Amino acid sequence: MHAVICMKRVPDTTANVKPLANGRGIESQGVEFIISTYDEMAIERAIQLQEAKVVTKTTVLCLGPKDATKELRKALALGVDEAVHLVEDREFRDPSSTAECLAAALRDLKADLVFCGWKAIDDDSAVVGGMLAEKLGFSYASFVVKLDAAAGAKSVTVHREVEGATEVVEMPLPALVTVQKGLAEPRFASLKGIMASKKKPLAEKPPGGAENASDLVALRPPPARPAGRMLGQGAAAVPELVRVLRDEVHVL
Amino acid sequence: MTAIILVYLESDGVALRKPALEGLGAAAALAASLGGEVHGVVTGAGAAAVAQSAAGCGAKTIHVVVGGSVATSLPSPHGRAVAAVSKEIGATLILFPATVRGRDLLGLVAGRLGAGAAADATGIEVAGGVVRVTRPVYAGKAIQVIDVKATPFCIGLRPNSFPAVAAGGAAAAIVSHAAPDAAASDATVKESKVPEKKTVDLTEAAIVVSGGRGLKGPEHFHLVEELAAALGGVVGASRAVVDAGWRPHGEQVGQTGKTVSPKLYVAVGISGAIQHLAGMSSAKCIVAINKDAEAPIFKIADYGIVGDAFEIVPALVAALRAAKN
Ligand SMILES: Cc1cc2nc3c(=O)[nH]c(=O)nc-3n(C[C@H](O)[C@H](O)[C@H](O)COP(=O)(O)OP(=O)(O)OC[C@H]3O[C@@H](n4cnc5c(N)ncnc54)[C@H](O)[C@@H]3O)c2cc1C
Ligand SMILES: Nc1ncnc2c1ncn2[C@@H]1O[C@H](COP(=O)(O)O)[C@@H](O)[C@H]1O
Repeated sequence: MHAVICMKRVPDTTANVKPLANGRGIESQGVEFIISTYDEMAIERAIQLQEAKVVTKTTVLCLGPKDATKELRKALALGVDEAVHLVEDREFRDPSSTAECLAAALRDLKADLVFCGWKAIDDDSAVVGGMLAEKLGFSYASFVVKLDAAAGAKSVTVHREVEGATEVVEMPLPALVTVQKGLAEPRFASLKGIMASKKKPLAEKPPGGAENASDLVALRPPPARPAGRMLGQGAAAVPELVRVLRDEVHVL
Repeated sequence: MTAIILVYLESDGVALRKPALEGLGAAAALAASLGGEVHGVVTGAGAAAVAQSAAGCGAKTIHVVVGGSVATSLPSPHGRAVAAVSKEIGATLILFPATVRGRDLLGLVAGRLGAGAAADATGIEVAGGVVRVTRPVYAGKAIQVIDVKATPFCIGLRPNSFPAVAAGGAAAAIVSHAAPDAAASDATVKESKVPEKKTVDLTEAAIVVSGGRGLKGPEHFHLVEELAAALGGVVGASRAVVDAGWRPHGEQVGQTGKTVSPKLYVAVGISGAIQHLAGMSSAKCIVAINKDAEAPIFKIADYGIVGDAFEIVPALVAALRAAKN
């Protein structure tokens, strides 16, 4: 079973993200980039399954700028076998074009099991996983918090968590899952892993020519919230809060 | 472009959910500026009755897909059903609520149709015949504006961001469609545990009251529950209390939890870490209760009270109950 993790490089959650003055992107100076949170959980589960001899090969796939080499090497250091880097050649790439490029790469890789995050924590789209499943014709389960399979099996069993309900789902291979928190706790790379990662294959490729279906008009800072008002200290401030909720916020 | 706008009408199997009415509202506005018509689509159990209840809500036709492959709770067959209706009517814009369900279907439908997508929009406008979508990115630290360049195009609508359609319009035609064929790739549900009491989805709640580590322990969360009940809202939580096991993950608000955009968000004993703000900074009104006057939550709050939640919340609940009577 060949497991492929789609991994996006994103700004750290605590990064001070600022749109560029020209509105074409964000200032990258001083911004720390990381593997998107859910993709990191996916990597961990794929490695665990390989250690359990269920998965026979792991590959990490990333469409991203040249600098994403760092995150790809990190995935290799964690234990993934190989990396494929579609080196971004556009200022703006929209979700459908992203999915088209990734789908082509996944076909080439002959993936049996594809992991995506349920969303990337930068664009918060939560669409690429579903798009890929349909483009590839794979079975699909979203918000997966548990994934198990037997070596050589033709299916995987997953638990998905949706709005308080838990479903146990059997997915025929090839399959694509989107990862929700709970699937696995990422490990830290070991020194041995870091040394080994330097010799692992990392293939760089052009992403392909899939068109964008949308144009980026602008990226701008969010509108400033009007300055807040302190209503006072302790329970003494409660009557004023009730008045505000009734007369200004109109929720009572 | 004359628009043929298809709205995915999410239901709980019995009634339309509020975001469906917001979808129809957004569609009506688009049809008014672009010229064109609005369709709705309902899939799965109860779809026929749900379609009836949406009949006077501005759609020309409501498409109903029931039985067969869409009897499942899994999203893929529903996605194929919506994609098939889109193709049949030549939809140019397909609108989904950015709920758990709607987001899932948006990706599947866009993938199947080879369509473009913009998820979690907070605004749509039409300028010179071009559809322009505004959406928060980087956890609300930036706003992205995009123009739709190719159709069909799928747009997800953040709940509570678009006015709901007014009922009482002309009755829509209701058209039934056969469910899509089962596919070899379809997954199957082996077992399903449904929660005992079904609450309103956090993402679509108009009022959210969240508690954080300041509550000191799960045994004190009844304070948050009572305040939510007194306001007619839903309970949320910070990651700190979810990680501690006090509350289920489904209640987590923030970068790695839910994104909410309610009319009112009350944060009780929550410090206001950047990852928490990511999930609630687009609320229309934010009220913070925290004993630390320097807590970052006060920087984005519209109204703040400094003090002990154990004193303030019971007083507030009592005052709200009194105000109601
Ligand atoms: C990758 C990543 C993702 C994350 N995602 C999320 C996320 O999705 N959502 C999220 O919430 N966090 C997230 N976090 C965690 C976040 O950084 C904070 O740790 C978390 O939000 C803190 O929760 P808290 O405010 O409840 O706790 P604390 O930060 O401990 O704050 C408790 C607050 O309660 C106040 N308090 C104490 N006692 C009282 C009292 N008696 N009355 C009133 N106030 C009192 C204190 O003054 C304090 O401000 C994430 C972190 C990382 C690194
Ligand atoms: N540029 C990319 N390269 C690799 N994987 C991606 C990329 N963009 C999105 N993905 C995958 O799709 C998931 C959902 O992303 P999104 O739909 O953008 O929120 C991510 O968690 C990744 O697994």
